[in-house]
Amino acid sequence: MTLTTERPVAKTPPATWRTRLQGPAVFATVAVLALVVAPLLLEPFRLGLLAKYLVYAIVALGIGLAWGQGGMLVLGQGVFFGLGGYAMGMHLKLVEAQGDLPDFMVWSGVEQLPALWEPFANPVFALAMVVLAPMALATALGALVFRQRVRGAYFAILTQALAAAFVILLIGQQGLTGGTNGLTNFFELFGQDLALDETQRVLYIVVAVVLGLLYLGARQLVNSRFGRLLVAVRDGEDRVRFLGYNPATVKTVTFAISAGMAGLAGALFVPVVGIISPALLGVVPSLELVVAVAVGGRFALAGAVLGAVVMGYAKTTFSEQFAGGWLYLQGALFILVMTLAPRGIAGLLRRRRKETR
Amino acid sequence: MTALLEIRDLSVVFDGFTAIDGVDLTVDQGELRFLIGPNGAGKTTLIDVITGLTKPAAGAVRFGADDLTGRKEHEIVRLGVGRTFQTSVIFEELTVVENLDLAASFRRPLWALAGRRRGISEAVEHALTTTGLDELANEHARVLSHGQRQWLEIGMLLAQRPRLLLLDEPVAGMSLDERSRTGELLTEIAKDHTVIVVEHDMDFLRRYASQVTVLHEGRVLTEGSVEEVRANPKVQEVYLGRAREEADDAVR
Ligand SMILES: Nc1ncnc2c1ncn2[C@@H]1O[C@H](COP(=O)(O)OP(=O)(O)OP(=O)(O)O)[C@@H](O)[C@H]1O
Ligand SMILES: [Mg+2]
Repeated sequence: MTLTTERPVAKTPPATWRTRLQGPAVFATVAVLALVVAPLLLEPFRLGLLAKYLVYAIVALGIGLAWGQGGMLVLGQGVFFGLGGYAMGMHLKLVEAQGDLPDFMVWSGVEQLPALWEPFANPVFALAMVVLAPMALATALGALVFRQRVRGAYFAILTQALAAAFVILLIGQQGLTGGTNGLTNFFELFGQDLALDETQRVLYIVVAVVLGLLYLGARQLVNSRFGRLLVAVRDGEDRVRFLGYNPATVKTVTFAISAGMAGLAGALFVPVVGIISPALLGVVPSLELVVAVAVGGRFALAGAVLGAVVMGYAKTTFSEQFAGGWLYLQGALFILVMTLAPRGIAGLLRRRRKETR
Repeated sequence: MTALLEIRDLSVVFDGFTAIDGVDLTVDQGELRFLIGPNGAGKTTLIDVITGLTKPAAGAVRFGADDLTGRKEHEIVRLGVGRTFQTSVIFEELTVVENLDLAASFRRPLWALAGRRRGISEAVEHALTTTGLDELANEHARVLSHGQRQWLEIGMLLAQRPRLLLLDEPVAGMSLDERSRTGELLTEIAKDHTVIVVEHDMDFLRRYASQVTVLHEGRVLTEGSVEEVRANPKVQEVYLGRAREEADDAVR
């Protein structure tokens, strides 16, 4: 028996080799621009800034995954960024202290290395913590709140509160964390002098490659069955239960992946920028990245990355000329995008491509 | 015949309002059972309890060897109970095949979902041909008409390969033509599944039902063949009588 349809429906054209190659072609072009052209053309200072934007783009990628694909508005990614950053910072500090106490501890009168710090002298442990600590925290939080069916604005506010609390915790533990100043004065990374242009250039390449690999991995995930399930959870969590899946698990896994990305970004941020401090990971920086993802287009992973780079660049350029005005411009831009182009820059580009085809 | 679903002395209370009041219901393996009753009789609530969406105040729901009360929704699905909703809920951003494929894949461990879908599995293929949606396989579900949505939901249910199917008003809002197609689909499915269908439509009932349970104000009013039920004066009073009133209203 067949049930034929009365209603005519618009058929999507079958994917031709041209449309199929379009994505890889764009990716390859961007990769060449980022890995070959940018290091050749940009002076070290500018290249360092670009490295910073790409670090933020890694966080944005995770936000795109959790928010754009999974519908979880994560307003506190700074926490995971911070965990990764501090794990890396602690390691660098211990290497420099060469068995002594890190400088800031001496200044704040700490006499013995805190037990929490000790294992971070081991580079393998520190690097593992960069990713594992954020993922473990996100998993614990996710298992707790998603099972209780906390979602939407409640979840968003919860993550934001977490970021606020994290900052307070860091500032309060002066001897352990460096307080408001955070961890800074880094001189070398795995034996390389961080002040050298050459080291910074290699770091830039590392950041770009990590971003590229994570992007490909995230894309693979989005296109997998898990990715379809994630979209289903975003659009109808309650219905998904009746497909036999537990949405809490799907969300927790995705939240943990996005947290791991933020952690890795935090660790890369430390040698690139030379500091990790509470001001870099509180409520405002967390929000800024969500705004960047919205501007770039949260439903496309490339949009999230683009948003982080564009907004990072805009912030630098604008702040160089009108200090303090950025906050308002950013807010205005956010409102503009949300009302006029909810799919962001990526959505606009895609629409244009469809029209010209 | 062995009982697949056994409901004993079930009660559901919403803020002091008793929506289900001591219901007993037994559905045998392989049966096609129709559940009817006027608006607010508790039909949807009964399905909600079986599928874990609503917790009962008292009573037991046995499915084969398992007790379903107190279990989570997805656990009940995993035991082999599938349902559709009165207003269809499908995933509009996914294609028809993707909707079906998700429904068919829930028994895989989560990590096994990390791969891309390659081709169409047997269960999905079967659901596509049974519901006649093969032509639309790669369309986004948002382009489907109302009837097609209901069929997709039924297809998703089939792809889950459940032992018991619960359909809540599958023909509501359908055209006459769509209704008879759904009826045929139902007959087809009932050949090798146990099915409970909630339905208002008397005409549809006459054509496709055999065993009918009538609910009224949270209680089982009567049970039997379509003829027996239709001949029952109590049923005529609460159900057909109300239909007559509605018809009178419509004339007025
Ligand atoms: N979540 C709820 N909270 C309070 N009352 C509810 C709730 N769900 C259902 N009810 C009430 O329980 C009674 C039974 O509702 P139910 O939806 O099961 O009826 P139904 O037989 O499916 O009716 P219909 O034919 O209109 O779908 C109704 O009076 C309804 O108002
Ligand atoms: Mg109902």
